[in-house]
Amino acid sequence: MHVTVAADRCVGAGQCVLNAPEVFDQGDDGLVTVLRERPAPEEAAAVRLAGTLCPSRSITIHQD
Amino acid sequence: MTSSEPPVVDFPLRRPGEAFPPPRYQDYRGREGLVVSYLPNGNKAWLVTRHEDVRAVLTSRKISSNPDHPGFPNISDTMGVPRQEQIPGWFVGLDSPEHDRFRKALIPEFTVRRVREMRPAIERTVEMRIDAMLAAGDRADLVADFALPVPSLVISSLLGVPPADREFFESRTRTLVAIRASTDQQRDTATKELLRYINRLVAIKVQWPGDDLISRLLATGTLDAQELPGVLILLLIAGHETTANNIALGVMTLLQNPQWIGDDRAVEESLRFHSVADLVSLRVAIEDVEISGQLVRAGEGIIPLVAAANHDTSAFACPHLFDPARAERQHVAFGYGVHQCLGQNLVRVEMEIAYRKLFERIPSLRLAVPVEELPFKYDGVLCGLHELPVSWQES
Repeated sequence: MHVTVAADRCVGAGQCVLNAPEVFDQGDDGLVTVLRERPAPEEAAAVRLAGTLCPSRSITIHQD
Repeated sequence: MTSSEPPVVDFPLRRPGEAFPPPRYQDYRGREGLVVSYLPNGNKAWLVTRHEDVRAVLTSRKISSNPDHPGFPNISDTMGVPRQEQIPGWFVGLDSPEHDRFRKALIPEFTVRRVREMRPAIERTVEMRIDAMLAAGDRADLVADFALPVPSLVISSLLGVPPADREFFESRTRTLVAIRASTDQQRDTATKELLRYINRLVAIKVQWPGDDLISRLLATGTLDAQELPGVLILLLIAGHETTANNIALGVMTLLQNPQWIGDDRAVEESLRFHSVADLVSLRVAIEDVEISGQLVRAGEGIIPLVAAANHDTSAFACPHLFDPARAERQHVAFGYGVHQCLGQNLVRVEMEIAYRKLFERIPSLRLAVPVEELPFKYDGVLCGLHELPVSWQES
């Protein structure tokens, strides 16, 4: 699995950071950044949850 | 597309003495397409009750949040609340891209990291309110004495209201919300006093900037002097009663389900279960749009009912059960799309600290009246409690 984000769509709700803090962060502008593009297998569920919850659909999860 | 005439249902949707969310929501969800309701002003409004449909409506570009569009379902009229004028800075009533400038300016104030930094101050505020309740005896109204003051004090600290003025700020915000205990005249006066105060506060921060939200927003230069007070009033209104009702209803539900006391997952489940902002995300179609096979014409109102979505059996197993351990997390209690609650992580932290500290400090906390006798707020835009009488054993 790898993760990409569209920060231009992000509305800064922060649900990704709350649920997968090892993978997502918020920059100084509060918009999404990716800490780990290829999450560890044990992080996969949290990343999928972050993708489902994102209100602006800024997170794309790619299956390798 | 559905060929049969859509069913017409009554408005208002909430009735005294009825469970919340209203059992009728389940009937609406079970129908094909959507149901339609007519507001007292004669305007048509489509009720959206399925989780999937609510998320689709709240992300559609063909659907607007702007109350200035003809056909917008202004339900506050029907609840005795004056229509919220489209004041400058009231950006929940704007669509992208106009909306985005305001949202972007505020996002840095509500990041997960920033909210984490507010924790110690929130804990002190909560502790002080509990100290005051304990000092006053062995009973309290948890709404007036705890649930309403806590978020008001948190917001006043966030805005940079000097400590000496927080009592004033708190009492005026409480008057606004306590629709049973205050008169129209008192609420009108309180609104004017708050507006005057906020305007003065902005003027002070222009002269003497501090380490607070108003000063930082001024420094960005993205909002002008007319817009800033509107933004601040919006933050106050959006963050006060919503949080208070979630605190009060959550405590009530934890007292009925004591096995979940001390489990932080109760916060997320309480948000879903109570869905206090059921009637907040109002919309109007600006182009013809199809929702669940129903054609909605441009200019027709749309009411996505988040409490209905959060109790949709196709999204949540046994939604009528308060189950903090449930796997489904995709509730829309904070809305969805670009307007999803900006302060949601602050609300979560306030709820978590409020629940934890209350039950730690007052382990014998109990309802002072039977739950059937609690006065639910059927007459407000938000769902909540007018009062929550509690008592405890003095140690």
